[in-house]
Amino acid sequence: MAVKLSIKDACFSYNDKEPVWENINLAVEEGECLCLLGPNGCGKTTLFNCITGNLPLKSGSIYVNQKNIHDFSVIELAKTIGIVFQEHTAPFPYTSLEVVRMGRTPHLGLLETPSKEDTELAYRIMEDLGIAHLAGKSYTHISGGERQLVLIARTLCQEPEIILFDEPTSHLDFKNQALVLRTIKKLSERGMTIVMTSHFPNHVWKVGTKVAMLGYQGMVAQGPVEQVMTEENLTRAYGINIKIHEASSGTGAIHFCEPDFM
Amino acid sequence: MSNNTGVKQISVNLGQIEKKPSTLKWVLMLIFPVCLFVITLFLGRYPVPPNEVFSILGQKLLRLPIETYWTDTVETVVVRVRLPRAIMAALVGAGLSMSGASFQGMFQNPLVSPFVLGVSAGASFGAALGLVLELPALGIQLMAFCFGLIAVAITYFTARIYKVTPILMLVLSGMVVSTFFQSMLSLIKFLADDDEKLPAITFWLMGSLGSVSLQDLAIAVLPILVSMTGLYLLRWRLNVLSMGDREARALGVNSELIKALIIVFTTIISSTAVAFCGIIGWVGQVIPHFCRMIVGPDHKVLIPATMLVGAGYLIMIDNLCRLLTATEIPLGILTAVIGAPVFAYLLRKTKGGWN
Repeated sequence: MAVKLSIKDACFSYNDKEPVWENINLAVEEGECLCLLGPNGCGKTTLFNCITGNLPLKSGSIYVNQKNIHDFSVIELAKTIGIVFQEHTAPFPYTSLEVVRMGRTPHLGLLETPSKEDTELAYRIMEDLGIAHLAGKSYTHISGGERQLVLIARTLCQEPEIILFDEPTSHLDFKNQALVLRTIKKLSERGMTIVMTSHFPNHVWKVGTKVAMLGYQGMVAQGPVEQVMTEENLTRAYGINIKIHEASSGTGAIHFCEPDFM
Repeated sequence: MSNNTGVKQISVNLGQIEKKPSTLKWVLMLIFPVCLFVITLFLGRYPVPPNEVFSILGQKLLRLPIETYWTDTVETVVVRVRLPRAIMAALVGAGLSMSGASFQGMFQNPLVSPFVLGVSAGASFGAALGLVLELPALGIQLMAFCFGLIAVAITYFTARIYKVTPILMLVLSGMVVSTFFQSMLSLIKFLADDDEKLPAITFWLMGSLGSVSLQDLAIAVLPILVSMTGLYLLRWRLNVLSMGDREARALGVNSELIKALIIVFTTIISSTAVAFCGIIGWVGQVIPHFCRMIVGPDHKVLIPATMLVGAGYLIMIDNLCRLLTATEIPLGILTAVIGAPVFAYLLRKTKGGWN
């Protein structure tokens, strides 16, 4: 399998003295779903912003399709990497279809507006994700979970090769978490290369094929889910005793973990 | 993905889902400025019968073989006074409204005016300086125009940090620059001679289309039209930009470039408008808000809508200025007197316009 995204000897620092993390090496192969796991403040989001090109690394480099991300133009990068940001409200009540259609931007010329085909593609993608009923609704009047799904549809509209998710389930309730995770799982099963940050370890078992666990002292462990998701590693990353439980269901074993807070 | 999704026919009417404004709405929005424009040529203290207006326009503009049966005075009134005034009103109204809509999109805030980066404060200062220095009319206009550009340039480069210009920085430095130029304007007013120059400055700042000549129009038409075209062509990018810089970049938009282009176009429009007509407030705020109620928030249709409605609105207000009382009311006063309550009403009705 071809390596779609790799990070080599990366180091980042906000103040040029203390690095947030250093010696980060990561590789994501085509079709993998990498979960970037770690506690609040460990630098997950910083690493995420470096991968999206919004923050410059102090040293090291990031390659997309074996090409340094600094050599990508904004448009080229948007055609290759799609980013699903945490949902937020927009200042204007655009229809959800309009928001999804914005995903066509990298494929349009500077002065072009989306064509009928672009609109149809946007609608088809919404249909495919099961959110066609939201198409005519205002993006500002739907729930947080629905907005997150609309943003996923927008990213698919970009037709990227890799999709990055930034904490896609934070501030969502159980049902909406499930909806979003199910969508991510579906994309992953279709072969999309995915990187997602999360601070819910349980979600890694649901969607991840690979995990990189960041702690306050840098990378704790990385590799296949079964190898990395151990009580020892989780305890080290989060700085609190964590127990992994196993339960069986119709489809197989379910793993979940919980901090030992007593 | 596409092999799964590409085959099915779409069973719904996407036009309906998109909430595209109906053709009727467009026709009405087009009729509004056109009718007002024509009516303006008949209206005024000097009575001109409609048939004479049409004959004069036919002869002068379309070069139709119509024999002159009207007096020279009538011709002057129609061609040299009312026509340039109506065209300038349409241009400035359309330009300021489009600028307002563009800035509101770019600043992600439906309450922003086109003057937020200090263009009006800078231009006012320039004009006042020109008046005090006793420059000819063209000199005053040039001063106003240049200081409008200078003020916005100062705002822009103050806001620029690490090669980017965050929206918040732009708003804050716009406030700083506006305050500075307003204070400089006060200083000039304080020092100006009370009998002649101070009233001249005061009247100039109140805004008027009363003195617009064909020559003025000839100078103003090109920069305004070019900038309006620029804003029109960039209108779809405004949707993306209004989602925030970070998302715009993720969608492949060079947000710094688009922001700079929009600032350049709106600044040229506003500076030209202020240079020839003084400060005309509230048009750039009220019209985009009003149009959003009619055609929705999508800038693809909002920008052309503000152009049409803004042109008609300013012609209408200018007619009121001319005809309401025996002496002409300054334009800036009426746009605010009418604009502020209308805006308050719209605000309440749309509950801030956010949702």
